[in-house]
Amino acid sequence: MLSIVVFLPVAVAAVLLALPRVGDRAVRWTWIAATAVDLLLVAGLWIGYRPGDSGFAYDVHLRWIPSVGSGYHVGVDGISLPLVALTALLFLACAVYSARETRRVRSYAALFLFLETVCLGLFVSLDLILFFVFFDLSIVGMYFVIAGWGHRDAARAALKFFLYTFLGSLVLLLGFIGLYLAASPHTFDIVALTAQNPLAGRGVVAALVLVALGVGLAVKTPTVPFHTWLPPAHTEAPAAGSAVLAGILLKMGTYGFVRIVMPALPDTWRRYAVVIVVVGVVSVVYGALVALAQKDFKRMIAYTSVNHMGYVILGVGAAGLVASSSGQARDLAVTGAVTQMVSHGLITGALFLLAGALYDRGGTYVMSEYGGLAAQAPRFAALTGLAAFASLGLPGFSGFIAEFQIFTGSLGGAPVSTAVAFLGILITAALFLRALQQVLLGAFRAPGGRFGDVTTPEALSITPLVVLAAVIGVFPRWLLDVVEPAARAVNAVLGG
Amino acid sequence: MDENPSALLPEILLAVAAIVGLLLGSYLPRHRQWLVRLLAAAACGAGVVATVVSENMAVFGGTYVVDVATNATRVVVMVSVVLVLCLADPIRGMARESEFVVLLVLAALGSVLLAGSNDLMLLAAAYLLASIPLYALAGFAKDAPGTEASLKFYLMGALLGVTTLAGVVVVFGLGGATEYTALSTGLATAPRLAVAVGVVAVLAGLLFKAGAVPAHFWVPDVTEGSGAVAAAFITTVPKIGAVVAIHRLITVASARLDWALVVAVIAAATMTLGNLAAFFQDNVRRLLAYSTISQVGYLLVGVAAAGHSDLALPAVLLYLGGYAVTNLGAFAVVCALPAATVLADFRGLLRRRPWLAVSLVVVLLGLVGTPPTVVFAGKLTVFTAALDAGLLWLVVVAVVNTVASVFYYLRWIGPAVRGEPADMPEPTRWAVHTAYGAAAGSVLLGVLTGPLLAALGA
Repeated sequence: MLSIVVFLPVAVAAVLLALPRVGDRAVRWTWIAATAVDLLLVAGLWIGYRPGDSGFAYDVHLRWIPSVGSGYHVGVDGISLPLVALTALLFLACAVYSARETRRVRSYAALFLFLETVCLGLFVSLDLILFFVFFDLSIVGMYFVIAGWGHRDAARAALKFFLYTFLGSLVLLLGFIGLYLAASPHTFDIVALTAQNPLAGRGVVAALVLVALGVGLAVKTPTVPFHTWLPPAHTEAPAAGSAVLAGILLKMGTYGFVRIVMPALPDTWRRYAVVIVVVGVVSVVYGALVALAQKDFKRMIAYTSVNHMGYVILGVGAAGLVASSSGQARDLAVTGAVTQMVSHGLITGALFLLAGALYDRGGTYVMSEYGGLAAQAPRFAALTGLAAFASLGLPGFSGFIAEFQIFTGSLGGAPVSTAVAFLGILITAALFLRALQQVLLGAFRAPGGRFGDVTTPEALSITPLVVLAAVIGVFPRWLLDVVEPAARAVNAVLGG
Repeated sequence: MDENPSALLPEILLAVAAIVGLLLGSYLPRHRQWLVRLLAAAACGAGVVATVVSENMAVFGGTYVVDVATNATRVVVMVSVVLVLCLADPIRGMARESEFVVLLVLAALGSVLLAGSNDLMLLAAAYLLASIPLYALAGFAKDAPGTEASLKFYLMGALLGVTTLAGVVVVFGLGGATEYTALSTGLATAPRLAVAVGVVAVLAGLLFKAGAVPAHFWVPDVTEGSGAVAAAFITTVPKIGAVVAIHRLITVASARLDWALVVAVIAAATMTLGNLAAFFQDNVRRLLAYSTISQVGYLLVGVAAAGHSDLALPAVLLYLGGYAVTNLGAFAVVCALPAATVLADFRGLLRRRPWLAVSLVVVLLGLVGTPPTVVFAGKLTVFTAALDAGLLWLVVVAVVNTVASVFYYLRWIGPAVRGEPADMPEPTRWAVHTAYGAAAGSVLLGVLTGPLLAALGA
């Protein structure tokens, strides 16, 4: 069942590529249908979700490379299931949004379907090698999206993205091999590694493995100082590519922390948690400040991603710090981190698609070129406003739920850091309000003198993301009920 | 003393195919010379079958061993020969077609013998058999670049071959034997420095065959100067036997010295130099030439771990197989478009020939080591073995190199998937299908890593 969800998109992509004479229209509809079916299947997974004794549902474990203790091991728990659902939803949104794409539609659709398989596969992997396979393929897929369909300096941005994240992934692989060699018997299985805690009491080796894993995932997340690939990649990518990159691919890094690093290296994580917290806080503040300085709408959103991912890092780091003090606090911190991943995926996905709509009409992202769009394009203004408010963490949206939990959970363990991170919210609020004011209010100004409102495909793709962010903000229980037990399980391993 | 010739059935098949092919080629009319190719392919097929059913043993007084490493080399070499024969459409109907095939088969035989040699004398003989046909192949077209390549290749090969012979003499003098088992006991009491000098001299020829630093200078010139088909063969098949032979030799010589560091330094130098030199190559064949040099570096990372990790030998063999398929796939794309010589000639390939472009992307990313291709599995296991052997620094060097290598492979992939199509003549049909097959094989073997590793004794 889980495997069908994962491999359905790539199978459709293969069919699309293999049939030579398919019109662009048919390709678009096939693409939308495939992602919609996949989303329905994920909904089915969610409804039937009953985690077993291992904590995972839909567990499948097949032999793959037994000589190195690696297998095809997949399953979902409360941490991965929301991300799987987010992935399926966001890819459907991108498919709908891309209904107006006219350049090489067939390859574009195939590439996105391939990426969907890769992203889903990553979130359900319970084996390090399987995880790494998907991790690396996501880089390849996104490289082609940026290089093939980006604008302006796309080739350079794509190359930078590839080299940077590929280096990160190889460092991550070193960490995986380190875990594998430390385990006895040698294994790449995440569940087995979690049970073994292989590096307990192995001072320097454990620290080295943590550094390798941490750097590898930090590049993908990205946290300061490994974020420099992100702005050019985002700016040059097509809108749907940016949405997937920020909405899903960035989560791979933070998800790796929760899924692999914390459970497999609990003692080392606790020992160095203060470093993680500091990195998180620096990302929060630095990302917000740099975003404040941007004149380019898309770059600004890109930098707020650094800021928002910083909250996640802060949460998971603080869970290591407060591990000894209060169980409830660290549960809150980890739950908040997972909620933030989902929330950020929805909101940033929406914002990047809106940025794409802006670029389509004006041909530029520079905010000072625009003004007073609210009068001409009320629906665009409403969606942008809502997404921006959601992104700055206004109560009633998912971001608030997530950030509230992270801050409440972290305050006990890391009071100073958390207080500093509060500043991030303030700065984000300022920069979003300023951007809204400049672009939406005042006298009308737009390159070319005209600004059409959002089209039906755009509205159909962006609205559900914003609405869902609001739904989670108002009725978060259905999501938290799934996340919390899994977060408790992670913390139980993290121990005290 | 076991002198059972049936243990050598695959080698005998190759030798017989070469001789019969030569005779057949003298009598067949020119348009029927393809029969010689068929014969060679059939011999390879039969050889693979014979390999699969063969038993592990040492034969002929222990001078030749049939074990997992030899068997793996046999299979990889013979499959590679078949792939190269598929590429060899341009030589069809050409004068000396059968000679071309016979030279291929003889060189392949030499490569297999290198891998199985358990005796210095046999190793030296295998070295010559694996080299001399290639000198002729490099200059086969009788044009100026080919002749120059051939001459350079020959001079370097002769020099390093003599060095190897000198090394054989020194090691024989020190150890009192040429057969490896006797040698390892003989060397245990010999002076360390002298052993080091002797073994390094023997290694010289093998490094030349493998195209590793510092004996790599011939690789780019031969790859560019000789025909694309010959280049595909020369950069793939001899390496296989040579790397296995290096592994065997240093395992013997480790009785007196730990060779891990020597091999590790050679590995680091090889991959770094290969990658740096590949950076700004515009000619695709020169780019692939330097890429093959860097790949030998990664292979030697696994060899350096030999004796310190159980995974080392299976990892190296897996990598060799993966490298052979993937590298031949890249050359198949080059053979498919004979007119395209520089990177810019591949501009817009995706629009013009989508599946050929996809194959190119798969094999090039495969050479980078992107999952799920088999080279990724090879790299993963090689790195694991090296870390297990405590060679963290070498693995870090290899990782940095891998990232650097992405840059030049992307310089080729980029134009191929983007941009407006350049004018492109109709590609060679057989080579196109070989490229598809190699690309698919590279992914399929990656998925089948588990059974493969099990077969290789991990």
